[in-house]
Amino acid sequence: MGIHDWFKRKKQEKEPAFVSERLDIPGNLWVKCYKCSQAIFTKDLEADLKVCPKCNYHFKLTAEERLKQLLDEKSFKEINPNIKSKNFLNFKDSKSYTDRIKGAVAKSSLKNAIVTGMGKIDSTPVAIGIMDFSFMGGSMGSVVGEKVSRLIELGIEKKAPVIIFSSSGGARMQEGIMSLMQMAKTSAALGRLRENRLPYISVLTDPTTGGTSASYAMLGDINIAEPGALICFAGPRVIEQTIRQKLPPGFQRSEYLLEHGMIDIVSERKDLRSTLNKIVKWFHET
Amino acid sequence: MKHKNLFPFEKPLLELYEKLDEIRKVSEKGKMDMDEEIRMMEKRIETMRQDIFSKLSPIQTVRVARHINRPTTLDYIDNIFSDFIELHGDRNFSDDAAMITGIAKLDGRSVVVLGQQKGKSTKENIARNFGMANPEGYRKALRVMRIAERYEKPIIAFIDTPGAYPGIGAEERGQAEAIAKNLREMAELTVPFIAIVTGEGGSGGALGIGMGNRVMMLEFSIYSVISPEGCASILFRDATRANEAAVAMKITAKDLLKLGVIDEIIKEPVGGAHNNPKQAAAYMKSAIIKNLEPLLSLSHRELIADRYNKFRKMGIFTEEK
Repeated sequence: MGIHDWFKRKKQEKEPAFVSERLDIPGNLWVKCYKCSQAIFTKDLEADLKVCPKCNYHFKLTAEERLKQLLDEKSFKEINPNIKSKNFLNFKDSKSYTDRIKGAVAKSSLKNAIVTGMGKIDSTPVAIGIMDFSFMGGSMGSVVGEKVSRLIELGIEKKAPVIIFSSSGGARMQEGIMSLMQMAKTSAALGRLRENRLPYISVLTDPTTGGTSASYAMLGDINIAEPGALICFAGPRVIEQTIRQKLPPGFQRSEYLLEHGMIDIVSERKDLRSTLNKIVKWFHET
Repeated sequence: MKHKNLFPFEKPLLELYEKLDEIRKVSEKGKMDMDEEIRMMEKRIETMRQDIFSKLSPIQTVRVARHINRPTTLDYIDNIFSDFIELHGDRNFSDDAAMITGIAKLDGRSVVVLGQQKGKSTKENIARNFGMANPEGYRKALRVMRIAERYEKPIIAFIDTPGAYPGIGAEERGQAEAIAKNLREMAELTVPFIAIVTGEGGSGGALGIGMGNRVMMLEFSIYSVISPEGCASILFRDATRANEAAVAMKITAKDLLKLGVIDEIIKEPVGGAHNNPKQAAAYMKSAIIKNLEPLLSLSHRELIADRYNKFRKMGIFTEEK
């Protein structure tokens, strides 16, 4: 073990800080911004849609918080809530995949890394899916792939635009090759949506990487990103190890992708609902 | 001298090879007729090698799949097709040497062939970027698939890559978008499409040209969402545990056939394709022809439906009412 491994390990152990980031612990009145370290009163942060008032850092949101910010009140009807992951490879690293899923369910009160359903934005029906990074890093396995595909198919059936919010570390390794195949499955479904001339709007939030970005997240008729989100195929650490040189500043962040022509819009969280509304209406109306 | 390139797990063969050399020496000195002994020893080596290769562990299979002498896409093109003309460039940015595309004849039938290309020496590998394509490689592949579609020619894709290239330029030019777009567009191709993993099927970089109506794997190839080393360093927090990761992820042809991800395993010559590239190509050619035949009579619509249903079914989960 070299000296670098010592630092690596520390970093890796520090990563699962998302529980506290979500600020759902009772009695947690103050929170420190991840980027600028500013102490923020929890209630203020929530009133600001979880955006740091000082440095504009966009905290990660749960699927539930997203839906609340975006959709007309009580308009959301979830579909396929009961599709569950299965440890079909009997995969085990330090923990078995079965236990990992159980842990993630208990910790997040979600059943998997995406919530899908029909909802309304300013009375316009949309088929919407929200990925939740707090569930196993938003990784895409069979369940996410299936729910995304069914959502797209529902969009076709209801002739509704499809909106997917991505937040994902990529494919779920615990499902091996089957997680890779979800990229094919979801992209093929989007092909059908396109053939039916129905719009697909992809919203990329921090982070959207690997198999998720290399499938449905990058295929929007319109791609929108939240400010400062990490969006990439290969993560910065992998690239640094491969090419052994420093990465340019802002590399793989939303603004960088906008500059390089990969996304259409960088939208502040507070503007997202109105941006989506305008786009959906543009498609819908003559 | 075949035994110069033995894998560590082929060590038991070394002793037999040495004996064989001895017998040959005696025979060459001309005193005795040892032909019978030589033949017997060769047979013993063959049998033992067959035995070793029938029991390869996943990580040993990885070693075979990555062997420097393993036949590459261009070898298969040479041995299976005639009148190959390579086509270059994505018409946007550059020509990616890690991705070969072109037109060729398969027993007189016009087809499009493509695939990642690895090198057989360090120098060649640097020129080919170790078979890791940049976005322009995927875009070139799609461009040539479109030619196939326009002129109703079947597509044969050879997959052999550690993965799509993780570099600054690749990210800036949209590696993720290039692969994603290929996935969507491959699903809609109106011509027969056969994909074969010949060596390393490295994640999205492999799938990016791999959505065939039929997907096959060579006996000692691998196909995986992440390299065993990558998986080990992330999930096991130790890259040296690639062995365990290779077992856990189920990456061999047999595993993938069982999971329903591939349709067929193509046999390799004893000791792996690099031991007899011509024979390997012959096995592959007959598998291609056999699988292409039924697809040729399908209509555009049927071909798309066939491919869509194939990938739509993939995924294992439970569902409660």
